[in-house]
Amino acid sequence: MFETFNFRIILEYMPLYGQCFLATLWLSGLSLFGAIVVGIISCAMRLSHSRILRSIAGVYIESIRSTPLLAQLYFLYFGLPTIGIMLPEWVTGVIALILNSGAYYAEIIRAGIQAIHFGQIEAGIASGLSYFQRMRYIILPQALGNTIRPMLGQAIILVKDSSLLSLISIMELTRAGQLLTSERFMPTEGFLTTAAFYLIIYYMLKAFSGWAEKRLIFQEEH
Amino acid sequence: MWSFYFNELMRSLPFFLKGLWMTVAVAGLSLIFGTIIGFFGGIMRAGRNKPARIIVGAWVDLIRGTPFLVQIFIIFFILPGIGIELEAFPAAVVALTNLTASFICEIVASGILAVPKGQREAATASGLSYYEQLRFIVLPQAMRSILPPLVGQYVLLVKDSSIVSAIGVVDITRVGWLTVQRIPEGLMVFGLVGLLYFAVCYPLINLSGYLERRMTVVSTKL
Repeated sequence: MFETFNFRIILEYMPLYGQCFLATLWLSGLSLFGAIVVGIISCAMRLSHSRILRSIAGVYIESIRSTPLLAQLYFLYFGLPTIGIMLPEWVTGVIALILNSGAYYAEIIRAGIQAIHFGQIEAGIASGLSYFQRMRYIILPQALGNTIRPMLGQAIILVKDSSLLSLISIMELTRAGQLLTSERFMPTEGFLTTAAFYLIIYYMLKAFSGWAEKRLIFQEEH
Repeated sequence: MWSFYFNELMRSLPFFLKGLWMTVAVAGLSLIFGTIIGFFGGIMRAGRNKPARIIVGAWVDLIRGTPFLVQIFIIFFILPGIGIELEAFPAAVVALTNLTASFICEIVASGILAVPKGQREAATASGLSYYEQLRFIVLPQAMRSILPPLVGQYVLLVKDSSIVSAIGVVDITRVGWLTVQRIPEGLMVFGLVGLLYFAVCYPLINLSGYLERRMTVVSTKL
């Protein structure tokens, strides 16, 4: 396999890979942002006092967590046009990624908030802080320290999940490998290059996760 | 029109059940092999042999850092180039086993490392050999922190098995994809697909949550 490894073809396709690398970055960046927003909202709903809001968030989170992303993606991709909603493929893909990761972020944030000792909140109340002051100065800073590692872990999963968008023919890294396979019949070159690009993102996020953890856990120890 | 398609869908229900059986078969086989390999890998990763630790760590990073879709394409398209030709079904089982084993390896390793050092020292002082220590002292205690994430990993395994539909294994997702070409009601078809996954995953998710609660109660009693 490696005696015949063709670096020239990779070089020839490098502009395509560069483009697709950027596409993966901005597709997953956009989805990450949306997912965190959705996660915060649905976590707030899940922890709210209203029973209706709680059960809506519960149904959303549970149904996302117990079905695969690919089925959700196809659900939107094949389902939305039948009820008259025509969207470009990449919008459908980003929506699917946001809805999927949003549910996981909701759980991560909830675990982070609930891990805070109740005495902290009581002390806040005793000191005369309002609800928003308690959130702003006591709960959220500690919750951020608790959750930064699983949040970045989920970001890594999100980047990898964005590879599924290639199955609804969006141009991104995995699609580049598929193109090299179908146009030149060179799957080895195609998919190993794709894997290498994903590994770059993975190691960067992993290094960032280690760095962030060291800084934020340090604050938490006080 | 809607009820016509609904009746059509009900008529192809046996096809969906066949897909469900395929999903269970692929996921079940990978579960067995992945757990066995993962436990050995985890013991090596938490063990004394430094080269083995590094090799297992690099393998885990490679698998974690690349999307499963790319891994399955590599196994399906590239392995034939070095003389290993696999049908879609064995290729799917090999890919899923590899993925699951790498994740279980991390779970087992961190479970073993979480056992207090004094336990091991006491065992050494009592004259137990390294394998006796593992078998009678360390692993039984580590199981408490291994079991909940292990079941959680099985849920991920069932969900990730949807991706093997990309190489043509006729699992639930593939059945949905094939059916939607004939019955153009995406929401209905993939709603059914989601429901079938839900039926498999939801009990497992609850089992994982139950184990987590139970195991923590036991450990705080100590």
